[in-house]
Amino acid sequence: MKNYDLVIVGGGPAGLAAAVAARDEGLQDILIIERDHELGGILNQCIHNGFGLHTFKEELTGPEYAQRFIDQVLERGIDYKLNTMVMDIAPDKTITAMNSTDGMFTIPAKAVVLAMGCRERSRGALNIPGYRPAGIFSAGTAQRLVNMEGYMPGRRVVILGSGDIGLIMARRMTLEGAEVLVVAELMPYSGGLKRNIVQCLDDFGIPLKLSHTVVDIEGKERVEGITIAEVGPDRKPIPGTEIHYDCDTLLLSCGLIPENELSSNSGVELSPITSGPIVNDSLETSIDGVFACGNVLHVHDLVDFVSQEATQAGKNAARYILQGKKESGRKLEILPVDGVRYTVPKYIRPDDMEDTVTVRFRVGDVYKNKAIATYFGDTQISKRKKQVMAPGEMEQVVITKKQLSEYPDISNITIKIEEA
Amino acid sequence: MEERHLTCIGCPMGCQITVKMEGGEVKEVTGNTCKRGDDYARKEVTNPTRIVTSTVRVTGGHLNMVSCKTKTDIPKGKIFDIAKALESVEVAAPVKIGDVVMANVCDTGVDVIATKNIRAV
Amino acid sequence: MYDVAIIGGGVIGSAIARELSKKKVNAVVIEREQDLCCGTTKANSAIIHGGYDAKPGSLKAKLNVEGNGMFDKLSEDLDFPFKRNGSLVVRTADQDRAVLDELYDQGIKNGVPDLKIIDRDEILKMEPNIADEVVDALYVPTGGIVCPFHLNYALAENAADNGVEFKLSTEVKNVKKAGEGYAIETNDGTIEAKTVVNAAGVYADEIHNMVSGKKIHIVARRGQYCLLDKTAGNHVSHTIFQLPSKMGKGVLVTPTVHGNLLVGPTAEDVDNKEGVNTTGDGLGSLGATAARSVKNVPMRSVITSFAGLRAHEDDGDFILGEAEDAPGFFDAAGIESPGLSSAPAIGVMIAGLVSDKLGLADDPDFNGKRKGILNPSNMSIEERNELIKKNPAYGQIICRCESISEGEILDAIHRTLGAKDLDGVKRRTRAGMGRCQAGFCSPRVMEILEREVPMSAFDVTKNGPDAKIVFGYNKQI
Repeated sequence: MKNYDLVIVGGGPAGLAAAVAARDEGLQDILIIERDHELGGILNQCIHNGFGLHTFKEELTGPEYAQRFIDQVLERGIDYKLNTMVMDIAPDKTITAMNSTDGMFTIPAKAVVLAMGCRERSRGALNIPGYRPAGIFSAGTAQRLVNMEGYMPGRRVVILGSGDIGLIMARRMTLEGAEVLVVAELMPYSGGLKRNIVQCLDDFGIPLKLSHTVVDIEGKERVEGITIAEVGPDRKPIPGTEIHYDCDTLLLSCGLIPENELSSNSGVELSPITSGPIVNDSLETSIDGVFACGNVLHVHDLVDFVSQEATQAGKNAARYILQGKKESGRKLEILPVDGVRYTVPKYIRPDDMEDTVTVRFRVGDVYKNKAIATYFGDTQISKRKKQVMAPGEMEQVVITKKQLSEYPDISNITIKIEEA
Repeated sequence: MEERHLTCIGCPMGCQITVKMEGGEVKEVTGNTCKRGDDYARKEVTNPTRIVTSTVRVTGGHLNMVSCKTKTDIPKGKIFDIAKALESVEVAAPVKIGDVVMANVCDTGVDVIATKNIRAV
Repeated sequence: MYDVAIIGGGVIGSAIARELSKKKVNAVVIEREQDLCCGTTKANSAIIHGGYDAKPGSLKAKLNVEGNGMFDKLSEDLDFPFKRNGSLVVRTADQDRAVLDELYDQGIKNGVPDLKIIDRDEILKMEPNIADEVVDALYVPTGGIVCPFHLNYALAENAADNGVEFKLSTEVKNVKKAGEGYAIETNDGTIEAKTVVNAAGVYADEIHNMVSGKKIHIVARRGQYCLLDKTAGNHVSHTIFQLPSKMGKGVLVTPTVHGNLLVGPTAEDVDNKEGVNTTGDGLGSLGATAARSVKNVPMRSVITSFAGLRAHEDDGDFILGEAEDAPGFFDAAGIESPGLSSAPAIGVMIAGLVSDKLGLADDPDFNGKRKGILNPSNMSIEERNELIKKNPAYGQIICRCESISEGEILDAIHRTLGAKDLDGVKRRTRAGMGRCQAGFCSPRVMEILEREVPMSAFDVTKNGPDAKIVFGYNKQI
């Protein structure tokens, strides 16, 4: 097996952008390892449009967006292996991977970019009671069946969770001849983008029932019925509010979980909030030379931001290899408070950071006419009013090196939601 | 004066737009943060349009399905007609992004084009 | 005419079949589902109990202890995972010490070896996560954990390889005395046999009552469980039982032989013998009940929940042996806990009775060894590369959560009594049993089943012929 300096685990949007950026930074020996049979990751099954408005100033479908980056990888002659599973990442960055032609092999990498993406929360993890028949799918599994294989997994469909994939699949299943009876959402607000509620539900008259959840699944072989009920402020079902639907399918769109089993086995420290690695401004994890980007780091709302983030990770991984690690050691923790759930990155190194660092985060509730405020120590640095903020959408604050240099004595940065 | 409330779909921001209309004519658009929102709102209350994305079967390719979309937006009322029209379409690999899968779909003057490359196998 | 027809292809029917296959016999196993291991065997605690629990002198006590002792050799001969991880029955401060002592005495009477009552300090050395209220425990070193699926398939495959016929998708409608033997009416014609073994799980009363005037009655006792991610698999290393109290029998917290953590079961009698549904109340109660013995059980790491039905007979003991008023009709009925633990011994006992009845001779060609599906994750890199070179399918991972390769799935489909549906593949290989719960691998396993069985994509099912996964091509449903 040829040796590679940089191994990128995952050939989806994050891995592709990281590879391109690393090569453009001057790094030669780069390998992308992809477990599926083609590059592009989950974008391949996201055939709807709406991707790339920020990156390409036009609205692309998922496969088109992926192809733009695949083309860049191919133009640069970056190596990749398909149908290959990374089995282990050792703390010393030795990658163990396997496929059917090379067998099991190891690569002692100098740096690693984690770009494994995420998975969907399953029925089991949601602990939905009832029978366990066929016909219960995560929205993404249904999306793969419909869009990649051309098979319809349902005729009469109830959807739990208003995450974007669920909303997209409500429309998709409708257009392919199924009837989507209702979308139930546990929270009092939707987890998906506004545009998807308009275009995927409202356009087709599909009701969205907020503060509702599934309380029973009937059918021993195939789903025969679903009962939903309203939930109270404690998110527990309220007896007497049950509504029964005769249906054959339940789709679940109840959140995404970064796939960090490899990271955690390698010793990378994870955030209990994001389930992704804790990183500094260079997107480096708690292990030197291991970087993370995309949905394995934190679940994004838009792929454009994945690409931006991955570009940073790829560039920084290349620099780590080419220039070695030099650090002053000073680092500031970013404290997420008052409605800000987390930030990525969690740490900023004021002396080693780039001129600007984009700090991304999500809020914990729906906020109307509030502001995002940033404090260096106790001093407010910026305050930006937002008409609406919701947990389904990412927010960001840009911090500049110049700004920070004016506050040499602070020990932390705070980002919070406050009155506008 | 009639008031219509819309959620802008021009970008993920999802601005809440209010359109004031009189006699089918747009009098005022508020709540949008950019020109696109204004355009969207005016169009949405007079002539709503959408991009339709779907898949069609492909023969001799590395996959059985190829994804596709209307090249530009089409009248919202034609969504189902277009979805239906694509049922019988079958294309032969190889397919390149941008290849016309179905020309002038449902007499909209808009072509349906492939959005994925499919290798011949 | 068969010498013997065994009704039920669960672990009990399969254990009896395998024991009988040591003899020169013309035997058939009749199973209603299209796969084995579809009833009680597929959803239980997966524990091999020590044998202290049942009343001395009962069949349960005798066969549990006997069965337990057979597992080391059996798992070696038949290549299924089994581990003597030891059990602890823990007592909290508010519970009566006498109850624990009685349990110890009972275990001694039943012949359970190496029992010991240990104090909190000793427990803590073994189980740091034990609840603060726990004061002492009965330690049962012979307690173990097993994969019930693999045990069931191992027994059945070995029986089949030694000549026992298996009729799947065959549901018994009636059993009648006919001449020297019995006529078993099924959805697929009548099967005649000199003797019948009733191993029909929760339906064993119905089968029994078809031929015997001495009626038995089985109630389905439902147990609900939560299975936790492998990240929680080391939370305890022994099987932690709770001392029965007025709060109920409690629940167990145990590692599984595959490295997950299992919490359960509830116990509710249900009217519906197909009632394997979980309930909000049942699942919701498990965390709090588990906390009485083990602290900080990470219930957030649940990856799936399930319910199983235990066949509880009114008299409370196993019903084993020839029915008094139906010569040649043998019951293996009322097999609830410790049924899994007792299965090998029940197999020996019932096969012995049948064999005596028919005067069967030993089969000199009997081969008691069976190779299971390979578990490449236990191999070195070199061994694995050797394997992949010989069969590249072992290099292609299909189920990423459990690291299951296409090679293992192909083996599951093509081996004796192979898998025909997604759950059949899952029970044999664990593909789809991990944290994503088949979200990623199910379309790929469907594709493999379609190609290998072979069958139409529209006939690939989750479990059984009616559990369709996809209905048709897009727009054509």
